[in-house]
Amino acid sequence: MNDAFQVHSDPELWEELGMDVARFSGMPPMLTNAYKNIFLSQHNRPEKMSYFDDMVANIHTGRIREIYDAKKGGKPVIGTFCVYVPEELVVAAGGICIGLCGGAQGSIADAEKILPRNICPMVKSAFGFKVGKICPYFQVVDLVYGETTCDAKKKTWELLDRYVPTHVMEIPQMKRERDKWLWLDEVKDFKAAVERITDTVADFDAVADGIKTINAKRFALQRLNALRHHNPSPISGRDMLLIEQIAFYDEPVRFAQKVHELCDELEQRIGNGVSVAPTSTPRVMVSGTPMALPNWKLHFIIESAGAIVVNEESCIGTRYYKDLIDESSADLEQQLERLTERYMKIDCSCFTPNDDRIAQVLKEYEASGAEGIIDYCLQFCHTYNIEAVKLREACEARGIPFMSIETDYAPDDVGQLQTRVEAFLEQIRG
Amino acid sequence: MQVGIDLGSRTIKTVALKGGAVLQRRVVESGFEPHRQALQLLGDHPRARVVATGYGRHLMQQHADLDIITEIKAHALGARHLFPHCRTVLDVGGQDSKVIQLSENGRIVSFQMNDKCAAGTGRFLEMMALSLGYDLKQFGLAAAEAQASTAINSMCAVFAESEVVSLKNRGVPPGEIARSVHLAVASRLAAMVQKTCESHHLVFTGGVANNKTLVAMLEKALGVPILVPEDPSIVGALGAALHAGCS
Repeated sequence: MNDAFQVHSDPELWEELGMDVARFSGMPPMLTNAYKNIFLSQHNRPEKMSYFDDMVANIHTGRIREIYDAKKGGKPVIGTFCVYVPEELVVAAGGICIGLCGGAQGSIADAEKILPRNICPMVKSAFGFKVGKICPYFQVVDLVYGETTCDAKKKTWELLDRYVPTHVMEIPQMKRERDKWLWLDEVKDFKAAVERITDTVADFDAVADGIKTINAKRFALQRLNALRHHNPSPISGRDMLLIEQIAFYDEPVRFAQKVHELCDELEQRIGNGVSVAPTSTPRVMVSGTPMALPNWKLHFIIESAGAIVVNEESCIGTRYYKDLIDESSADLEQQLERLTERYMKIDCSCFTPNDDRIAQVLKEYEASGAEGIIDYCLQFCHTYNIEAVKLREACEARGIPFMSIETDYAPDDVGQLQTRVEAFLEQIRG
Repeated sequence: MQVGIDLGSRTIKTVALKGGAVLQRRVVESGFEPHRQALQLLGDHPRARVVATGYGRHLMQQHADLDIITEIKAHALGARHLFPHCRTVLDVGGQDSKVIQLSENGRIVSFQMNDKCAAGTGRFLEMMALSLGYDLKQFGLAAAEAQASTAINSMCAVFAESEVVSLKNRGVPPGEIARSVHLAVASRLAAMVQKTCESHHLVFTGGVANNKTLVAMLEKALGVPILVPEDPSIVGALGAALHAGCS
């Protein structure tokens, strides 16, 4: 498997999508090497990971071809950057929803030709992918739907609109009754915008289907995360992170089925006492900002230092799948209200106050059997960075080892991060 | 015999212990191939149990059969050995600064380390001294003698250098600038200590603790006396040597 693995190339398809093919052709070999080094070098991985390996091998080809063919067959593609944008409604309207957040250093230089340097690397990476024409997903979307969760994002959308039609959904930043009504209106606007593109009207049955499909995907991830919490761990933290990342670009029904197949295998592993690390391995939970593909930096550092990551309290993690939508609505209006209620439970640090998140982190800490928390903050993400103060206080009050780190995608601080992570593990081991 | 070796960003330090007493200690420049320097140093002690720490610890482990610990643990062990009541360690080395909080029985409770920039570290002081035409010793003395100071706002080594250039060009005397740089570093380190813990029985380790002017300024900023080992730069190596005895 290790030698045979290759991230595939399809220059013809890329050409058709208007990509900078010459530049992009260097990407698959780079990703192949990184993937072999970080993922395929692991011992005793679950066999059912092979589907997710294939998803990486086909990330720039097979899956793109699938989306592109569906698009030509009348399914418009909508790109999003945030777990607040309701993908249920995209599915309901017969569209395809994909996450476009950027997790690569390679596109940041493209972005910095236009954007200021001192903003979040995720925003820069995503913007750079579009400007440099080096992301097939960005090239295949019909429109992107941004939101107002942070300053860097909301102002970048104004510029992104010059390259691809960009709509913006206003996310309120408090959770009072009137905010809920604002949000409901925004959800309705979103539904209408999606329907204009797909040229359909999503009725009660269609919305019920959309909710059911995405609920099933989130439920599969909940099941996987619960199994993964078992000590000794049946699956590594980086494999879990990868699956959480793939959730944002895979076809949701197939994805849920494949996650369940993996879950069945993990149940067997647990029954047979098969694990990827002995029970004595320090168990670390990661909280904070998202890790978009191919950002595996922190997990790789933690697991290379001899620990295992047992939970991601993150947008790419539990924040994405911890809540489901009540499926028992009687009419469309009620469906949209319940959808909004579910989305209001997401505890992004852009909200104030946001004490629910502190409680959620502590709850996941208990559930995952972690022995310490590393809070991960992307550089210049002020809201998560400031919220780390309260998180630290809550952890210290309970004697939970806690460390916060602020970093970006560049490799220059890996040495320092290794030292900090190793010292944190020394602290846990006592 | 137990040997601790600390491969830092600027220098490599070794401490050899026998029966709990320091037999030998050495400090050499890291050079271009630190592991070769280190292996040469270890050649003096062929049968010792060795523990490596510092930036080069992983590199060292590829070349020799030894255990490794982080600088954070090493400095905590070393400082605690020299000052058994120590509850806080401030270590400022060439490339980073750390504050380590210890429990009553010496366990690491929490620690803080500077982010990717070298602000407030030995390298920063070195660069500032260089741009003012001082060696490190003169730099500290000039800072102690100067009567006045100006605020240095930038703690980024690159920006601070341009700030220093503009101060020079405003006719501010170099001694005064040296004092300002020291004060800025002291206030940054004080904030880092205060953010992490209460500073009781604070031990200051790492090469920068040799700078007496900075130590005095830091004592004033924190309002507590600071304990400085006789040779602060070898505390990490000492901690590693101590660990070799218990592993």
